[in-house]
Amino acid sequence: MNPFFAALAGAVDLITHADQKLVDIISLSLKVSATAVVIASVLGLAIGAIVSVTRFTGRGMVIAALNATMGLPPVVIGLVVYLLLSRAGPLGHYGLLFTPPAMVIAQVILITPIIAALSRQILEDAWREYQDQFASLGIKNASAAATLIWDCRFSLVTIALAGLGRACAEVGAVMIVGGNIDGVTRTMTTAIALETTKGDLPLALSLGIVLVAIVLAINIVAQWLKSFAERRYG
Amino acid sequence: MASQPPAALRLLPVRAENAAVAFAGKSILRGIDLEITKNTRTVIMGSNGAGKSTLLRLLHGLLLPTAGRVVNAVGEPVATQVLRQHDAMLFQRPVMLRASALDNVLYAAKHQVRGITMPPPHVSALNALQSVGLAELANRPARVLSGGEQQRVAFARALVRDPEILYLDEPTASLDPQSARQIEALILAAAGRGVTIVMTTHNLAQAKRLASQIVLLNDGAIAEITPATQFFNQPRSAAGRAFVEGES
Repeated sequence: MNPFFAALAGAVDLITHADQKLVDIISLSLKVSATAVVIASVLGLAIGAIVSVTRFTGRGMVIAALNATMGLPPVVIGLVVYLLLSRAGPLGHYGLLFTPPAMVIAQVILITPIIAALSRQILEDAWREYQDQFASLGIKNASAAATLIWDCRFSLVTIALAGLGRACAEVGAVMIVGGNIDGVTRTMTTAIALETTKGDLPLALSLGIVLVAIVLAINIVAQWLKSFAERRYG
Repeated sequence: MASQPPAALRLLPVRAENAAVAFAGKSILRGIDLEITKNTRTVIMGSNGAGKSTLLRLLHGLLLPTAGRVVNAVGEPVATQVLRQHDAMLFQRPVMLRASALDNVLYAAKHQVRGITMPPPHVSALNALQSVGLAELANRPARVLSGGEQQRVAFARALVRDPEILYLDEPTASLDPQSARQIEALILAAAGRGVTIVMTTHNLAQAKRLASQIVLLNDGAIAEITPATQFFNQPRSAAGRAFVEGES
């Protein structure tokens, strides 16, 4: 049998039989990425809201920095977090290196700028639309920001889902700070990289199929949310 | 009749005293001396770019004057007054939250400092929607309503604040004639309840129907302030005559 089809048949077998190793890897990946997205959403939305409704000296620089950090190379983030968490680093005494929390920290640093920058743009567009109305009603900026976040909730959830997709698909940073330890810090992406080099193509391919399915599902949900909101709220 | 704040807290009369507005060094308004008194229906007119909307925003306190001042009855600058809940503004294009018509009105009611004699926000919001004839659409998403209906929701949002003054910036400019007449009827009804009206419009016929006094702006300055009947029959200024004759 052609090696590709043999690997594919093996992958389908692993998925249909819910192979325990496969399930553990997927479970850890989703836990790490979901935790990171929740934390990054809180931070990113707060940053995006503050920057969108306030005017301060250096605001343009902050926006430029936010936009620039969207493109931070994951391996560089991984390296920095590694240095911070390594035994000799400033946060070394917490003993977090090569643990899931270290992977969460790296992913938070990776996706917070994405959520902050994209939400800032959405909230600022809404702010331009609502600004006079809020001022006319005597509504303070903090309350206005909360209203904007709620009003733009569907677009912002879409951004969070994009962050989840980015986190799930990321390999460089989690590989460096997690160490790809079997049963402890092995995620879908790091496992794919490892199993491919080891030649265990069915496991690598099954993980790849699941990963693509998850990213596809996230995008379908995001698209559905957007169209639902347009239908329901105009 | 609009319920009145205590005498010491009244907004009216609102006075602009030699007020000016400039953006990026360009003068938009200059030497504005104007008094808005109780129970008047002031219509600000002028050609495009004359500064009508800027003057309205200045009086409402959305803009700070770059010279002079705009103060309420107790001499407090309107832009920083603590009495924001006693005036309201309707914009040319109504801005609706992604929520029901009722929730849009309720939002304004909840953000108002409310006296103990006032009904709960939800009741006030429903009453306000009823007063603009939209009670049956209360639960409809506001953004899917027609332009005229959205403007009436915005009107209810303004009314729910029980305003002493209602500012309206060309509130019918983007509406069909029937919707425009509905808004005009609401304006007159509010005026009948003691709400002081200050609005801008391009529409001479509408100004004739609604105004008790006309403020004519010409190139950022007040050309004349005249009772409406006199303005349309015998304007005092050359700019007024040109405007009424359609030459401006």
